[in-house]
Amino acid sequence: MADSIPLSGVLDLTPEEKHPRLWLEVMHDWIVTTDHKKIGLMYIAASLMFMAIGGIEVLLMRIQLARPESTFLSPEQYNQLFTLHGTTMIFFVAMPILFGFGNYMVPLMIGARDMAFPRLNAFSFWIFLFGALLLYYSILGGKGVFGGSGIPDQGWFAYAPLTSVAFSKSHAADYWALGILISGIGTIGTALNIVATTVCMRCKGMKLNRMPLFVWLMLVTSAMAVAAIPPLSAAQIMLLIDRFLGGHFFDTQAGGSAVLWAHFFWIFGHPEVYILIMPAFAFMNEIIPVFSRKAIFGYPAMVAASVGIAFISFTVWAHHMFTVGMSAAANTAFVLSSMIIAIPTGIKIFNWLATMWGGKIHFTVPMLFCTAFLFQFTLAGLTGIMLAVAPFNWQLHNSYFVIAHFHYVIIGGILFALFGAFYYWFPKMTGRMMSETLGKWHFWLFVLGFHMTFDFMHIVGLLGMPREIYTYQPGHHWAVWNMIVTIGAFVQAVAVIIFLVNLVRSHFKGDLAGNDPWDAWTLEWATTSPPPSYNFAEEPVVRSRRPLWDLKHPEDPDWKYEFETENRLAEQK
Amino acid sequence: MSTGSGGGEGWFEKLFTSSTNIFSPQSANAHEIFRLSIFVLIITGAIFVTVCGLLLFVIVKYRRRPGDDNTEPPQIYGSNQIELAWTVFPILIVVVLFLSTVRVIFSIQNAPHPKRALDVTVTGHQWWWEFSYPKYNIVTANELHVPVSSDPKDPMPTFLKLVSADVDHSFWVPRLAGKTDLMAGQVNQMWIQPEVTGLFLGQCAQYCGTEHARMLIRVYAQTPEEFEKWAENQQKDAVNDPSVATGRAVFEHNACINCHSVRGTVANGRFGPDLTHLASRDTIASGTLPLTRSNLEGWIKDPDQYKPGCLMPAMKLSDTDIASIASYLMTLK
Amino acid sequence: MTTIPFTFDVKDDPWELPYRGSVGMWCLIVAESSMFLIFVVAYIFYMGKSLSGPTPREILSIPYFGTVCLLSSSITIHLSVNGLKKKSQLSFIGWLAGTILLGIIFLLGTAKEWVDLIYKHHFTIHTSLFGTTFYSLVGLHATHVLIGLLMLSVVLVLGLFGLVGEDQFHHFHSLSMYWHFVDAVWIAVFFTFYITPYLGLAA
Repeated sequence: MADSIPLSGVLDLTPEEKHPRLWLEVMHDWIVTTDHKKIGLMYIAASLMFMAIGGIEVLLMRIQLARPESTFLSPEQYNQLFTLHGTTMIFFVAMPILFGFGNYMVPLMIGARDMAFPRLNAFSFWIFLFGALLLYYSILGGKGVFGGSGIPDQGWFAYAPLTSVAFSKSHAADYWALGILISGIGTIGTALNIVATTVCMRCKGMKLNRMPLFVWLMLVTSAMAVAAIPPLSAAQIMLLIDRFLGGHFFDTQAGGSAVLWAHFFWIFGHPEVYILIMPAFAFMNEIIPVFSRKAIFGYPAMVAASVGIAFISFTVWAHHMFTVGMSAAANTAFVLSSMIIAIPTGIKIFNWLATMWGGKIHFTVPMLFCTAFLFQFTLAGLTGIMLAVAPFNWQLHNSYFVIAHFHYVIIGGILFALFGAFYYWFPKMTGRMMSETLGKWHFWLFVLGFHMTFDFMHIVGLLGMPREIYTYQPGHHWAVWNMIVTIGAFVQAVAVIIFLVNLVRSHFKGDLAGNDPWDAWTLEWATTSPPPSYNFAEEPVVRSRRPLWDLKHPEDPDWKYEFETENRLAEQK
Repeated sequence: MSTGSGGGEGWFEKLFTSSTNIFSPQSANAHEIFRLSIFVLIITGAIFVTVCGLLLFVIVKYRRRPGDDNTEPPQIYGSNQIELAWTVFPILIVVVLFLSTVRVIFSIQNAPHPKRALDVTVTGHQWWWEFSYPKYNIVTANELHVPVSSDPKDPMPTFLKLVSADVDHSFWVPRLAGKTDLMAGQVNQMWIQPEVTGLFLGQCAQYCGTEHARMLIRVYAQTPEEFEKWAENQQKDAVNDPSVATGRAVFEHNACINCHSVRGTVANGRFGPDLTHLASRDTIASGTLPLTRSNLEGWIKDPDQYKPGCLMPAMKLSDTDIASIASYLMTLK
Repeated sequence: MTTIPFTFDVKDDPWELPYRGSVGMWCLIVAESSMFLIFVVAYIFYMGKSLSGPTPREILSIPYFGTVCLLSSSITIHLSVNGLKKKSQLSFIGWLAGTILLGIIFLLGTAKEWVDLIYKHHFTIHTSLFGTTFYSLVGLHATHVLIGLLMLSVVLVLGLFGLVGEDQFHHFHSLSMYWHFVDAVWIAVFFTFYITPYLGLAA
């Protein structure tokens, strides 16, 4: 499988100068780097650190909720934990880790030397990190004039007027707004960078319809981010104007509107969740074909579906607001758009199924994770349809059913695909394979824990348990389900620890990977593992969607089929 | 009083029933939602079985077998017909789902408001519920009494006007209706129509601060006669029992009257719940504590021990004062 | 020589992709437009809803002079960009200086308007919904003008040292795109605040 192509032509094989380096030199190298690969790795490392923190936050919450009327945490502590958990996981784990993978892989996949704006790339990472640390600094600082802890406690969507000075006297809301505002600058910067890179730096021959689907999806994700994150920034600036300059944007005493905050937040918030899932689709689009040994089924439809989802996602936002008192007509409109978006999403699932159909599926660890994604994301999409049915939503909204739904997407979908991506691209990034044995332990334990927690969480939502409550009364029959959910959370934690151990151990002791351990078809596998700092010694030239397939199968290259229609038409003339 | 957890519970009851189960509706609109939900569940269930069935089939049939010759399978790039089919079919499903949904949205949101319907204004506070009946001149807290609507041909709905005194809240009593938010600065409306007498439980469903978890709702659906009797009593001024005159004096000389009202006395604060008929209620602290003498004394002594962070301060009264206030309050039937 | 066989397309087209600076600047413009749109929506949503305080018709006077200056600066920067393209340093520097001057005049006009509103009419960001949305949106725009002026000044100084030549044309062109965007936003803001009161939309 490895080294199936002679690569002597595209690589400079002069051994790099190696001298023993001081630890300080290494640190300095990483701090000032503008190399997209190093920046990508820093994004991933920072995200893993925040994932551990966010994970500990939720384990504490789950201990509190395992039994009714528990006094393990005070209400203030619980409210801070769920706010931090949600905020951390979305803004400091999911976004950066997905953009981190994009940062690493996009230039390699398009045959480029680096991103379009390497210095902006570095700046974006460091300002993201600064914003995140600023928010966490609230644990130390932030008491404000009236005392009270400065840790954010208003929920991750920070509904007005709870966040006004009247109801949030400490600096908690300020740390929340500023931390995310600053961090968001980094996200917009990276997104802009990915768009410019994809549009302007593709290697010769790589027309847009020859880009790997991974790159297409990162392009669409980044374009969405550029348009969707500024509304949140705007709303946060408005909130800060209210809190510091006496503004009245969300001040209901002065005629301001609480609903307006909700609209602004969800105009960001809904595209945001599609920004999170699209990179997961990107991983699926590379991993499933390689381990089914077949090209992706329906490439143009996949592109069209992705672009369609991107546009439609800006029209569905108020399905998070079916209970705020909009008119029947308005509710109807958002039901329609929310159901419509299910169609291109469903098409993707069918295309992946069709890719696997007739293939020779090799269940390596990445493929295991991606297969589980298919089951889980299907179910998550279906609970999403239930939530799109507004009257049903009037019962399910703000209950544990919603929490179960979105964790099914984020963990059952995004995190599973992300784990697949780790196992798949770790060899490229480090030159070593991750342990398949530990990987399988990770996978099966995580599947067990995930389903224990989130399958049963749907039930307790149907039994009427609302979200964001620090405790509940014993008479509701919620206790047993909550206990199961808590145990599942700890099982997942063990699985994640196994993963982290695997990550670190394999980096030092894993089997050497070679350039192309998976016998794959995109350009990143045409250079060494890890790639040299310049990626490719000569700019690659491609003639189809799978340049390495063409090289490995000169008797049956992809480009023959690409131009089949063109050739046939030419012959007919 | 049925709360869904009666005696003799088997394991099924213990796991799958609840006083707040959205799948045991007892009100016209909750029934409509339930029927639509089942329809949606059937359709999504069928989709799930189909897709996951196909997936299972694929991973079994097309898995790589040991001893495979490592040749690549035929590369199929797409199929216009198949892709068209699996685009059109979901569109049809969406059309069906959408039309059935719209019907229920309009039926519930634009339901007629008959003249004889009961009107209640619900004001959300951090962290308790104020219920006022404008036509009856009644103001009470946390426990909502409504007449039952037992005859489907002659419905007796209760229309709730939802406003907030501070931040956003949400009124959710699952067996009676879907939830509707109480948005600050705005007036919302919903209706309930309980079809059997009994007690229906719910709680605030929009995070509203520290004690959001303990902002419970109790809806008492009563026969028309019982309701009239209750309303008549609520309309009266507070009971003036001379045997608790000391307690009343202590109450009225403390800051209690700044936040609480007792109709017919000097106490007319609006920040906290109306106490005129406190002793006619089953619970205090927005449904979280049964109304007993010792709970009441404990609550007055230090509300934070039951509801940490709640906005009623501990007044640092002596135990004697607390006891006499409690005696007074217990007479306010 | 490489051992990897590769072939070009039959047509052997030259491979030319857009300039990354322009694409990057378009992305920035999309992001900023998205943010401005939210502030405009807030203003329109709150039109006529202030509980007290003066109305737009009562205290706003249309800033004709500042607007003419700012919109003219789009023309001058265009001429400056052309000058750089044609390698005429005089044209490039001259029109650039003119652009900066016009921008400064615009900002001074805004400052004067605000001093008037705050000290004569006691109209501040705190006065009412109108006050909040007015100062936020105009202030946001003015901030963007200021940032643009700072960047243009940097280019002017570099130009005076003879460091801006045809190699920097693309960079300067991207910066001019930003300046045109700032002008376009002003047209939208101008219409929102100063024209809509006369269209019978605000109370």
